[in-house]
Amino acid sequence: MAKGKVTFNTDICKGCELCIDVCPVNIIVMDESMINVKGFHPATVIEMEKCIGCGNCAITCPDSVIKVERF
Amino acid sequence: MTIVYDKSKGLTDAELHFCPGCTHGTVHKLVAEVLIELDVLDRSVGVVPVGCSALSYDYFNCDMQQASHGRAPAVATGIKRVNPELVVWTYQGDGDLASIGAAEIVHVAHRGEKITTIFINNAIYGMTGGQMAPTTLIGQKTTTSQDGRTVEHSGRPLKVAEMLATIDGAKFVERVSVDSPANIRKTKKAIKKAFELQLSGEGFGIVEILSTCPTNWALTPRDSIKWLRDNMMPYYPLGNLRSPEEAK
Repeated sequence: MAKGKVTFNTDICKGCELCIDVCPVNIIVMDESMINVKGFHPATVIEMEKCIGCGNCAITCPDSVIKVERF
Repeated sequence: MTIVYDKSKGLTDAELHFCPGCTHGTVHKLVAEVLIELDVLDRSVGVVPVGCSALSYDYFNCDMQQASHGRAPAVATGIKRVNPELVVWTYQGDGDLASIGAAEIVHVAHRGEKITTIFINNAIYGMTGGQMAPTTLIGQKTTTSQDGRTVEHSGRPLKVAEMLATIDGAKFVERVSVDSPANIRKTKKAIKKAFELQLSGEGFGIVEILSTCPTNWALTPRDSIKWLRDNMMPYYPLGNLRSPEEAK
């Protein structure tokens, strides 16, 4: 299975959580250990090795926060 | 390593002013991606009227024109007729297109102007604070229908796509949604088709996109997506209502 890498432009994330629901491997969470410049807990990925690089999160994100690469 | 998804070059670096989870941003991305893929970004002109769409000229990397409330199709008509080489599109919400701009959209379709309209239907007035729109569903609570919309008082919600599909001049009418990755991909296809018809000179195309307004629906973004599926989709069925083959 292809392996992917997801990077977040954390500063512009509005914490809407829409990316969480569309991730088929459930690895996106809101990072409650930090608050970004907009005052939200930004989205982040736990267990990046599980990412399949499908791009669902990036397609869904209204604010173009997410970049997805596939190896 | 291949890039699966990155921010479209059709958008500027400006941060969107939309509320968290608002699907306006999703549709902005799709329009920008389509303009890039068709290689028409540098000769396209977007016309935005009044509503949450009104600040779009900061976000798209092409020429943009502000129009007065509901009059984007009229302004777009002028731009297209003066310079037919341009790719002209309007981006309108339901509080704009379905109410004050209803006459303009009907007649732009009736005349078969060679422009493309992106129509955001989120069943409410967004920018002005959540008032009842012509597209507000029966029973839906808004600031001007606090006990829910009733048929007796306000009539039934206006089905814009169905209405425009009865007009001969409209060559492409499709209703889509941005509630899931699969439907977002379908939305992009519909937008692309509408622009392709403009490029081939066929005529007017409109894509109605079911969208969310978490702030004025008083729901979280995730619950808004569910509300859209449970309430809007049964009343506003998705699908193509008119294609160039049917329009002949």
